[in-house]
Amino acid sequence: MSLPTYATTGQRIWYYTFRVLCGLIFFFLIAPIAVVIPLSFNAQDFFTFTPEMLRLDPDGFSLKHYRDFFGNPDWQQALGNSVKIAPVATIISVSLGTLAAIGLSQPHVPARRAIMAILISPMIVPLIISAAGMYFFYSKIGLSGTYWGVVLAHAALGIPFVIITVTATLVGFDHSLTRAAANMGADPVTTFFKVQMPLILPGVISGGLFAFITSFDEVVVVIFVGSAKQQTLPWQMFTGLREQISPTILAVATILVVISIALLATVELLRRRSERLRGMSPG
Amino acid sequence: MAKQGNSDAFVAFERVQKSYDGENLVVKDLNLTMPKGEFLTMLGPSGSGKTTCLMMLAGFETATHGDILLDGVSINNIPPHKRGIGMVFQNYALFPHMTIAENLAFPLEVRKMGKSERDEKVKRALDMVQMGAFGGRRPSQLSGGQQQRVALARALVFEPELVLMDEPLGALDKQLREHMQFEITRLAHELGITTVYVTHDQTEALTMSDRVAVFNDGRIQQLDPPSVLYEKPQNSFVAQFIGENNTLEGVVTEISGDTCVVRLDDGEELDATPVNVTKVGERTRVSIRPERVEFNKDRLKEGAHTLKAEVLEFIYMGDIFRTRLRVAGNEDFIIKTRNAPDQVRLEPGAQIEIGWLPEDCRALDAS
Repeated sequence: MSLPTYATTGQRIWYYTFRVLCGLIFFFLIAPIAVVIPLSFNAQDFFTFTPEMLRLDPDGFSLKHYRDFFGNPDWQQALGNSVKIAPVATIISVSLGTLAAIGLSQPHVPARRAIMAILISPMIVPLIISAAGMYFFYSKIGLSGTYWGVVLAHAALGIPFVIITVTATLVGFDHSLTRAAANMGADPVTTFFKVQMPLILPGVISGGLFAFITSFDEVVVVIFVGSAKQQTLPWQMFTGLREQISPTILAVATILVVISIALLATVELLRRRSERLRGMSPG
Repeated sequence: MAKQGNSDAFVAFERVQKSYDGENLVVKDLNLTMPKGEFLTMLGPSGSGKTTCLMMLAGFETATHGDILLDGVSINNIPPHKRGIGMVFQNYALFPHMTIAENLAFPLEVRKMGKSERDEKVKRALDMVQMGAFGGRRPSQLSGGQQQRVALARALVFEPELVLMDEPLGALDKQLREHMQFEITRLAHELGITTVYVTHDQTEALTMSDRVAVFNDGRIQQLDPPSVLYEKPQNSFVAQFIGENNTLEGVVTEISGDTCVVRLDDGEELDATPVNVTKVGERTRVSIRPERVEFNKDRLKEGAHTLKAEVLEFIYMGDIFRTRLRVAGNEDFIIKTRNAPDQVRLEPGAQIEIGWLPEDCRALDAS
């Protein structure tokens, strides 16, 4: 959008002010992440830029923090735990969240709004409150300090994301398609997997992605519900920051940022491709 | 409750009622039987219950009371996917994530048909609607008319004996619609399938059907072949709903056999056929088709009643002339005349006398 020739001085000033404001907001959001990445290549054990780094002297940079991350058994165990917990929590979130979204999109279900609000609540209630509640509840039923305890807690946190994204795709879903499938002889289960699921897949995938990242990044609930055996990457980073002040966490942060960007980009590309393939325009 | 009623009825509704809220009946006491191979149209304004009837037949709605029989067997408790009825939906309902060929193969696949047989049938069905070259495309790459053909082929590909169509031509432009009307009736008759067609378009109903059921207010008002429906409407609603129609209101003054005399509210008299008036003194609404009005006195019967009319407007429509008259206070009295070489073109302001054969003028209920 360029400035029209009839713009007044006020409009001109606002036009440029607006751009500067947007730039500042972007800077505010991205700067902390952008700073971490060069710092993670620091040759010294400091959290600041050394004079060598500022001179772009190759001696000021090294991969030692990355080596530490991949060599240190504490970090490796944390990585292993995260990789074991996040995918399982994601699968549970996606299955239950998708079913809930489909159920709640049926107009005949009573008290849909109330049920929806309850299912979404983990996203709205302050995390520390959910965490404390889960801690007491899981202790009572013996899930506290177990692998499945952490997985279920993370699944509960991920479900709202799946419900929201799948509900959004279902809004555009043409219910005469399921009727058509039934009419042609497909039972409800076949109809679900052959007709409904492929069409709401983009929503399911983005919901799953959010659920995965939620679990992968989560530190509060896992500290309450888990035990030392379930120490995940974010937990280890938290401890690292508090106890060792080692720049290794900068290397880990960089790796996590790269993974997140890669995941988001892959899913977005997949989603665009599938939408183009099926020409998602209403008949 | 199975096995009763007409033995040659392929589809039967027996005292069917439907209510969505438990209070208001959308369908009130519906009785209907269809022989095999018939093309029946359910015609009516929106909210008249016609689509609800179709949905009950397809199994997407359940009847509150009564039985729906298919080939003599009650299908009330059979779920939609076990009824084996083909259906063309209003918005086509093609699966957007499948190609045209995959769409057609779907009903065959769920019937566990082998791949070679499946391909064979899909190809034949696509050729039948002249869409053979489009098997690899996706629905979004087709025009509305092409999607319509595919939807039709998909409803027929598994060879159902009964096919339902829910306003399938509503979204097409006029020319394409007329072409598809012809195409659908041709296919239905060639394949010998029984068809229930729902529409609110009366031209479609008249041109396509063996019989038309006119719905209003949850009831069938008249169930007859198109020509009977148009020429011999049984009540005012049908007369008004089907085709163009002139109405005049008055009181019956004389009934003798199959003719009666009606005195209009301004005192003039006319001849009519009594349809649902039975006694002298009853109020009635007479109905006369615009093309059956005669203003050449020589062509009327000796002693026939005529009415004074004033020409208000003359509209040239190419093949016909449409003239608007004031007759007995009604300013919307239309007559249609063919554009023949010797046809008189009436000038606005002219005073004429009009009349008709008593059998073309029907005295109906005044409601």
